[in-house]
Amino acid sequence: MHASIAQLENVVKRYGAITALDGVNLRLHPGELLALLGPNGAGKSTAVSLLLGLQRVDAGRATLFGLDPQSLDARRRIGVMLQEAALQQSLRVDELIRLTMSYYPRPREFGSVALMAGIEELLPRRYGKLSGGQKRRVQFALAICGDPRILFLDEPTVGLDLGARTAMWKTLRALVASGCAIVLTTHYLEEAEALADRVAVMARGRIIAEGSVDEIRAHVAQRRIRCISALSAETLRAWPDVSQAEREGEHLHIVCGAAEAVLRRLLAADPELRELEVRRAGLAEAFVEITNDAGAGSVEQKEAA
Amino acid sequence: MDTAIAMSPARIARAWLVEAKYEFLRLLRTPSFALPTILFPSLFYLLFGVLLNGGAHHGGMDMASYMLAGYSAFGVMAPGLFGFGVVVAMEREHGLLTLKRALPMPPGAYLFAKMLMAMLFAAIVVCLLMLLAVTLGHVRMPLGNWSALLITDVLGVLPFCAIGLFVGTLVGGQGAPAVVNLIYLPMSFLSGLWIPLPLLPKFLQQLAPLWPATHLGQIAFSASGAGGDHRVAMHAMVLAGFTLFFFAIARRRLRRAG
Repeated sequence: MHASIAQLENVVKRYGAITALDGVNLRLHPGELLALLGPNGAGKSTAVSLLLGLQRVDAGRATLFGLDPQSLDARRRIGVMLQEAALQQSLRVDELIRLTMSYYPRPREFGSVALMAGIEELLPRRYGKLSGGQKRRVQFALAICGDPRILFLDEPTVGLDLGARTAMWKTLRALVASGCAIVLTTHYLEEAEALADRVAVMARGRIIAEGSVDEIRAHVAQRRIRCISALSAETLRAWPDVSQAEREGEHLHIVCGAAEAVLRRLLAADPELRELEVRRAGLAEAFVEITNDAGAGSVEQKEAA
Repeated sequence: MDTAIAMSPARIARAWLVEAKYEFLRLLRTPSFALPTILFPSLFYLLFGVLLNGGAHHGGMDMASYMLAGYSAFGVMAPGLFGFGVVVAMEREHGLLTLKRALPMPPGAYLFAKMLMAMLFAAIVVCLLMLLAVTLGHVRMPLGNWSALLITDVLGVLPFCAIGLFVGTLVGGQGAPAVVNLIYLPMSFLSGLWIPLPLLPKFLQQLAPLWPATHLGQIAFSASGAGGDHRVAMHAMVLAGFTLFFFAIARRRLRRAG
């Protein structure tokens, strides 16, 4: 068992009558990228702001490096990129970086910060004159400039074009390889799929599934079959195990339980069948299934109670 | 796990100064703050203190020095009230304060930076006024009075920093400029910074000690030798009291609401 460097233990957080977090346990280990997923209002941002010491728990415990998250010693080892932060519009990008670097005991070298965030050409420009995507990259530079042990990134790639997003992913992978732990909240499931060592899915203030991307995907037993065939979608829908069948041009798309049985029958029914593909459902399908199940589960709990 | 994470005192001091430098720079580059703060006191002084006032004496008061001292007190209230009130309100609303609380900014650096910024702006405002006073306003005072007035005004910005900070914790960024102006302009008038207190209605004269600006004004008038009641120590204590009181309640609100 690794030592955890950030931890929530049985944490409860309420806003008036609303329970934002309801007994959440979460551990972050050195050098791992943990993706926090969940629909809006699931409690992701609350969990992050408790770990950042921006809010206090109502019950349970939040720790950073074993310390109170509000302590300066803990904060000197983290970097932060929040969703909404209007930085000083009239300061230049290089000035913002130097200002943030001054808070840290051993910041990264200035040149390497600019390089890692891909903002070298933005350095002499005023922050207020930048586009949304450029501002996001500058905020990323501020998050990494202190050479943190943990990086908290709240929706970091929103507003980035494809090139900038790929570049940020590359930097994130390099940071994780160098031993930095990252907590990432994102709406882009392909982002979590591409980067995360571990995924925690939240809904209604609880963590309802946790594990590697493959473990989460394994929650979905369903397979997707795609092929070119003369069989009609209606015929297929009547088969056992087939939950969905659609035609798109000459392609058939089938979602089914036990793929092997459906495949045997498919091949037998249409000898002309071509371009066969079978794959497991992705994180996106798993996510939908898990959050739906959680909704059903909570109803059952209420009825049992 | 890493152990040596302490910051040396020199590095912390540096962080405070870097914060102050960029706070000053960014407001200097914000025309909606810098232009009115720096130019309005000079414009008002030129209009009312120089053009409409022919260097008259009123009841033994040297009006030229009186005008300079009054408008300098008026001028230094602005960087405190606006620099804290409006700026803190906006930073609260737009999430900058939240980000700074998550970052390891040394405690105190935020307020220190804004205080130093306000004092620097105050110094600029007063020096401009003094330049106009010497060249166009026919003000002649011993060197001691000039420096006493400068020190009074640069320190005199602090109570208004505290009041501004309190306002900034109460209202949002949209409403802050209006609220600050509602405090700033009436208080300047009621405190005798534009028109000598003895010329105001008796009722307003009696209320005057309630306004912090009255006390700053009295010290400034004494410093410039243009009247004032010369009870400098008493006024300074009242101002220190206002400063501590508003800082204390503002800090409480910041910690709670943040």
